[in-house]
Amino acid sequence: MKLTGAEIIWECLQREGVDVVFGYPGGAILPTYDAMTKYPKIHHVLVRHEQGATHMADGYARASGKVGVAIATSGPGATNMVTGIATAMMDSSPIVCITGQVGSKAIGTDAFQETDVTGVTLPVTKHNYLVTKPGDIARAIREAFYIAKSGRPGPVLVDITKDAQQLTAEFDWEGAAPRLPGYRPSYHAPDSEFARAAELINSAKRPLILAGQGIIKSGTTAEVLKLAKTAGIPITTTLLGIGAIPASSELNLGMMGMHGEAWVNQAIQQADLLIALGMRFDDRVTGNLKTYAVNAKKIHVDIDPTEINKNVQVDVALIGDLREVLAVIQPQIKKADHAEWWSAIAVNRGDSAVRDIKNLPDSGHLYAAHVINDIWRLTQKRDTIVVTDVGQHQMWEAQYFHHDKPRSLITSGGLGTMGFALPAAIGAKFACPDKDVWVVVGDGGFQMTSCELATAEQEGIKVNVAIINNAFLGMVRQWQEFFYDKRYAATPMTGPDFVKLAEAYRLTGLRCNQRPDVKATVAKTLADKKTVVIDFVVEKEDTVFPMVPAGADLDKMIRRPKQDVLLESGSDKDWEMPSSTLPNVFVEKKAEAKALNDRRKPSPPGKRRTPAKA
Amino acid sequence: MAKHTLIAYVEDVPGVLNRVASLFRRRNFNIDSLTVGRTEQAGVSRITVVVDSTEAGARIVEANLYKLVNVLRVDDLTRKPSLFRELGLVKVKVTPQTRAEVLQLTDVFRARVVDVDEVSLVIEVTGTPEKIGKFEMVLRPYGIVEIVRTGAVAMARGHETLSSNPPLVHVTGGKAEHHDTSGLAMSV
Repeated sequence: MKLTGAEIIWECLQREGVDVVFGYPGGAILPTYDAMTKYPKIHHVLVRHEQGATHMADGYARASGKVGVAIATSGPGATNMVTGIATAMMDSSPIVCITGQVGSKAIGTDAFQETDVTGVTLPVTKHNYLVTKPGDIARAIREAFYIAKSGRPGPVLVDITKDAQQLTAEFDWEGAAPRLPGYRPSYHAPDSEFARAAELINSAKRPLILAGQGIIKSGTTAEVLKLAKTAGIPITTTLLGIGAIPASSELNLGMMGMHGEAWVNQAIQQADLLIALGMRFDDRVTGNLKTYAVNAKKIHVDIDPTEINKNVQVDVALIGDLREVLAVIQPQIKKADHAEWWSAIAVNRGDSAVRDIKNLPDSGHLYAAHVINDIWRLTQKRDTIVVTDVGQHQMWEAQYFHHDKPRSLITSGGLGTMGFALPAAIGAKFACPDKDVWVVVGDGGFQMTSCELATAEQEGIKVNVAIINNAFLGMVRQWQEFFYDKRYAATPMTGPDFVKLAEAYRLTGLRCNQRPDVKATVAKTLADKKTVVIDFVVEKEDTVFPMVPAGADLDKMIRRPKQDVLLESGSDKDWEMPSSTLPNVFVEKKAEAKALNDRRKPSPPGKRRTPAKA
Repeated sequence: MAKHTLIAYVEDVPGVLNRVASLFRRRNFNIDSLTVGRTEQAGVSRITVVVDSTEAGARIVEANLYKLVNVLRVDDLTRKPSLFRELGLVKVKVTPQTRAEVLQLTDVFRARVVDVDEVSLVIEVTGTPEKIGKFEMVLRPYGIVEIVRTGAVAMARGHETLSSNPPLVHVTGGKAEHHDTSGLAMSV
């Protein structure tokens, strides 16, 4: 069957089971857009910025487990995608990006809207292709889908020249099957390694499971819970691992890392065995590597061999698919309860409830953590996906919205991409039209991609956007407060009237600035058929606790002072006297900040302090 | 830190050298030398890359090379009995008085003179990178005009074809265990 290259693209997408693509047309991709009209089974969503297209494909992929597809034109269209591609790369999200390229004869001539897109995206894609002949398109796309979703998933980009889209070629689906002799998506660890892992688990006194996103990707929630239950092992999750283990499970201690629960980080430091399942020891979960879990043996299960021993040296590496690994290891695990270990954790947990913002008396101010926790309570009975952006609200969401299902939290973890939430939520809504999709986003991140409200409006889909509006770039402000002596450089920020902005897009806008109104606002939002934008005007200078300063020891956290019951903001806070029983590095950091500050004053040569690392 | 010599067999497709080189840059590994050439198999190129790295670092380089879709096989020759060869061309100044001395040194190093004129010689020398370095050193007093070195190529000794170690992760204790190698056969 002779088809044009453009038709081959759609033919391939259709056969790969694609039902929706997110894209933006332009000169070099026009032949493909022209051919689109012949393939009505695939719905095209017109985005407002190509970055949005990649985030939507990403959100779609994370919500559904399928491959998300984004399309853009050459040059600026393609370079606009880079942030979204890098986001998908860091969080192992399977997306395929198709970009137009100038004609093959014009490549290298600095033609209009020409960019070396395969060169630009080389370090942020799992693999990419430049296709210059229509006969090569089918194989490139088939291989792209195969690579994107197999092994450790990731983004693949296929750059197709305009002439390859226009010319015709024989379309041979079978003949275009992937031929990838050098690609190794799967590995199998040897039996001896399994035996060593089982021995470590069976002999451990204080074991701990570190649950990562790999559990969600491999769909092994039940298997991990079974393992934990058999051997009485507590579980903690990474940020992207939230939802992998139900928050309501008594085995789940909560989140680890920089803004993880204090008792979880203490448990990691006290453990004698860490069982890392589909997580990669990111610096945000380890803190200071030199002091990280020094007493613990480590078992690392990951599908990607390059993750082993990258940050943390492990004792046993089980490289392979988590499902297979767990199936082999489960029968070798002996029953245990580790009662002593559990009670030690309970002691650490001890007074933490006192510090929990949920249990603090209401001071009449609106706090982000309260808003997020209220949304969770009010939507518990519904099937909800929450998509968060990056910053303070993201951490509060992780702490105060309790996820019981895999794929119910979508967030930009590794790259920390502001502006991710709204477009990713639109993608997630296309993947799961029957679920409620909530966007929890800061006023800063929202303004980066708020243009996608127009996409939501044009598509007639409903997402619920909760803007946590503190008129600050909150997380950066928090770092400035802690480590830069409260010099708020470029963090106070204004925004539009978000209610009017929503209305300008013919959507519903609501505002809420006190706690008693949250319930009614949520009810109104759920009742509305359209996308709703809620402006939650919250306390300006609120702080995420606990916090491990970057590079500090994991159990040395800055914690919410117990006495601070009224949570007054601004100058009322006196962080220099947190009455924590824990070692507190804040004073130290404060001294460093002061030293940095003093550096500006003239000082005798040779006495200057080197700047502290952030 | 020590020199590690890795051989990567790669599909001969556009951009593959860029992918390999970019990997080293991106992961912050230092390339000592890198050479590319054809192999006995059509469509397969062989990249010899020497990196300055710790043993653990070399394992990570190897695993990362395997992660590239176009890389077919990676061998680490560092601990294997192997031959290392590099070719250098040295253009050195000579005078009627020094020409004989330079020719003598050329003989000692079993190098060859490939071009002569009244004030200079071009000498071709092959051998291990250390030998070429030494040759350069002894010629320096005469005045080196120009020098070019190809970078090392390497081959294991003996009749056995190289083992195709997959991205093996050496873990503490016990002998090194190899992971499944079935998917690693050359099949281009």
